[in-house]
Amino acid sequence: MESINQNIINNTTASSSEEAKHIVFEILETVSDPEVPVLSVIDLGIIRNIEIIPASSLELVPPGWEAGGKEWKVLISITPTYTGCPAIDVMKINIRMALLQHGFTDIQITQVLSPAWTTDWISEKGKEKLKAYGIAPPHYTQAVCTADSFQMEEAIQCPLCNSYHTRLVSQFGSTACKALYQCEDCKEPFDYFKCH
Amino acid sequence: MNTKSLIDYTLHLADNALILGHRNSEWCGHGPVLEQDIAISNIALDLIGQARNFYQYAAQLTGNDATEDSLAYLRDEREFKNCLLVELPNGDWGQTILRQFFFSTYQYFLYRQLQKCGDEQLSAITEKALKEVSYHVRWSSEWVIRLGDGTEESKQRMLHAVDELWSYTGEMFVAVGYELSAFSHGFGIDLSVVKNDWDEKIRSVFEEATLSIPVNAWMHTGGKEGKHTEHVGFVLAEMQFLQRAYPNSEW
Ligand SMILES: [Zn+2]
Repeated sequence: MESINQNIINNTTASSSEEAKHIVFEILETVSDPEVPVLSVIDLGIIRNIEIIPASSLELVPPGWEAGGKEWKVLISITPTYTGCPAIDVMKINIRMALLQHGFTDIQITQVLSPAWTTDWISEKGKEKLKAYGIAPPHYTQAVCTADSFQMEEAIQCPLCNSYHTRLVSQFGSTACKALYQCEDCKEPFDYFKCH
Repeated sequence: MNTKSLIDYTLHLADNALILGHRNSEWCGHGPVLEQDIAISNIALDLIGQARNFYQYAAQLTGNDATEDSLAYLRDEREFKNCLLVELPNGDWGQTILRQFFFSTYQYFLYRQLQKCGDEQLSAITEKALKEVSYHVRWSSEWVIRLGDGTEESKQRMLHAVDELWSYTGEMFVAVGYELSAFSHGFGIDLSVVKNDWDEKIRSVFEEATLSIPVNAWMHTGGKEGKHTEHVGFVLAEMQFLQRAYPNSEW
């Protein structure tokens, strides 16, 4: 795990729930997608909501907890990228581990399905990271997301040589989120993070 | 609607996805070319993911310590509510493709209605799954066209596949008790609309594939009510063996 900004030590340093939320956000930025490790769960756009509740407002304050806003309960809503994606379970565990390491002990992670995740939620920074990693980022216009056969293919840019002269090899790639392409210019095969 | 009907209907959706996902997973490592092996395995994964979501919901409705695993691994043949079509043996690649096309097209039009149905959770699951199912329809229909309008041999194999499978397609559109109960209680599902949409899609793809639709065949039914072909027992024997032999074992 990458180290967090030195200023952030643990949850007890936060003096307000806004500040605690900011800390949680920074921690989440270090938790990566196991299948596309350059993307954090924030880049990926799967974190739908972060809610911070001061322990003092909880009905039952656990023994040893100071009721005074020094301890925080963290509620996170997360949405899976693809229905059968096994990475979601790993990401939930990793989020919990990262928060625990930084002193957040009361964590609740809820899975929400609706509204369904879309590749539009991948951040701009995330799209740049994907390209640098050698995966063509998803297009905005989701022209090929329908069920019609033999559609006009979108021109997908080769992440290596930037050529648009590429062809679809298979709609299904090494993981649920990718399609397999080949560049007709530099001849390299590459993954496209398919639109969803 | 009573909870029993909602549970049965959810299990029906789950069983369809699980059994077809399992059948497709049998291709893993045996596909005709690497890319297509990966494609069918991806579709298997999508379907098993759908099944998990449905089973989790059914488990929550069932209570009594039911879990997605107990529903998938500890029910017997007569309790499975999948359509007969999805439990049939894979046959050759053509037959597997054609079954996928028939079933994905059905799922596509059914889920389009279900995503707007009165049940919040079923609507969320199907809204999510619909995007994936679109890819399944697209992929399988392209293969039906390639093989149907392909070589002499691929054409023969597709004709054979149509013969083998057609009489199992009718069951999808004949509602059984729990479906009628679900549909009449705010689900807003109209199976006759699903059937019309399905017919239209099959017709246009078959036309392009130079295949003809069989006229007026006898249709098998029963799977949705637990009356299965002999094949489902073998599927369950393989799929459930571990949990039956080593109860509660985990990865
Ligand atoms: Zn290139």
